[in-house]
Amino acid sequence: MTREQTRKIEGVIAMTLSTLAAIVGLFWLVFILGDVLVHGVNALNAGLFTNDPAPAGIEGGGLRNAFVGQLLITLCATLIGVPAGVLGGTFLAEYARGRKIAKMISILSDIMVSVPSIVIGTFIYAVVVKPSGHFSGWAGAIALAIIMIPVVLRTTEDMLTLVPWTLREAAFALGAPYYKVIIQIVYRGAAAGILTGILLSIARVAGETAPLLFTSFNNSFFSVNMNEPIASLTVTVFQYAMGPYESWHAQAWAASFVVTMFILVLTIIGRLVIKWRFGK
Amino acid sequence: MEVWEIVTDVMALEVRKLDFYYSGGVHALKNIDLPIYKNALTALIGPSGCGKTTLLRCFNRMHDLYPGNRYEGQIIFGKENILSTNTDLIALRSRIGMVFQKPTPFPMSIFDNIAYGLKLRGIKKGADLSERVERALTHAALWNEVKDKLYASAYELSGGQQQRLVIARALAVEPEVLLFDEPTSALDPISTAKIEELAVELKKEVTIIIVTHNMQQAARISDRTGFMMLGDLIEFDRTDKIFTHPSEKLTEDYITGRFG
Repeated sequence: MTREQTRKIEGVIAMTLSTLAAIVGLFWLVFILGDVLVHGVNALNAGLFTNDPAPAGIEGGGLRNAFVGQLLITLCATLIGVPAGVLGGTFLAEYARGRKIAKMISILSDIMVSVPSIVIGTFIYAVVVKPSGHFSGWAGAIALAIIMIPVVLRTTEDMLTLVPWTLREAAFALGAPYYKVIIQIVYRGAAAGILTGILLSIARVAGETAPLLFTSFNNSFFSVNMNEPIASLTVTVFQYAMGPYESWHAQAWAASFVVTMFILVLTIIGRLVIKWRFGK
Repeated sequence: MEVWEIVTDVMALEVRKLDFYYSGGVHALKNIDLPIYKNALTALIGPSGCGKTTLLRCFNRMHDLYPGNRYEGQIIFGKENILSTNTDLIALRSRIGMVFQKPTPFPMSIFDNIAYGLKLRGIKKGADLSERVERALTHAALWNEVKDKLYASAYELSGGQQQRLVIARALAVEPEVLLFDEPTSALDPISTAKIEELAVELKKEVTIIIVTHNMQQAARISDRTGFMMLGDLIEFDRTDKIFTHPSEKLTEDYITGRFG
């Protein structure tokens, strides 16, 4: 066999293996989405979004409380986590650039990203829930915010670092003070990247269950009081899936489908933003 | 004596016994004495690492952005020593503008790029602002090319146009001195010619200091030339003198291409 033939065969083998691997990955994604949809389709109707849960064991009812609770917790987590993450990332990439403390915080954030979320849930249980004596929406939001912060912080840091240093010098040379250089020039240059990081971090926490189990817990009634236990989709899925009723199972499937779609859509928007800004 | 010499004999800046040390301790400028004449174009030439860019960045205190850098000596501007610790850097940098080697348009529209420095100085009113933007762009010989797309992104311009945009941005705040740090080294010959033409035109109103790797460029456009090597200013004189009868052997060797 000539060398060219050998290479050709090697090429075919490599391509076949990687195509197979891609198909395996894609198969599970389609399977999960399809399976969740098939099981939940019966419970997936307008009533799911507009009604509150029916008493246990009785048909009907919806998950309005869980949808609203989920949105509230995620929104509050975003309001806490995004400013902290973006400002922290700014500190690392700008004010502390190249200093030892910046490196240390970077590494610690990377570790934080991979800390199991249940650990953060129990941590918040110990420092917020236990002292205050009750579960609350705020505790859930704080737990999710803590998961978001390192993700947003590292993305912000990376994106700001990508903005060429000469651009900052050019602004300094015009007599701009540092905070204006950051806000008006550097943020603008890194906006798409930071926005993507924020979207992906929201997608990351929107699917979390474990930290909420210990913090916001659950609530069978409609509530927008963040000082009280509050329902969330993920905890509801957990509870309903474990429950004994067929109708609960169907609603758990439907809720799973909605959460998965939400995360999918957020991720796709994130990708589109990257493409729109950097694809040119 | 030619007329231009009489006109240019006023000093805009005077460097006195300047030493500069980078934070690592490198002694990058050694006892530099250098007059910069008003409304003249002064070129700094020399081999890589000779300190010409380091010297240029002393004039607007760019080195202050990095901790640990240290100046000794004086640079007199007006009646003040700009190296003094109580110099207002923001005010200084609005009087002494800078253009960098690579074009540095900001990620915003052409109009906003020019308006940026003006807004920093509190000029925010529509009519005054757009008038000044137009004047700056006209000054930098860019107005005709961009007047129909002022609100397009500055990144849509070619490299040469971007460099003229950056010059216009620096001119908009009406500085007294413009520092050029190898402004044409990233540009094609036609864009280079335009920038050179512009620099010669601009010296009627501003004092220009240009760092260049290109000796022909220095010979073409500058009135005075300083030749530097290893942190020393070897020779400073009228450009025609430097390029025809240099006093120093080192200068002659460099000019004739024996090293560098």
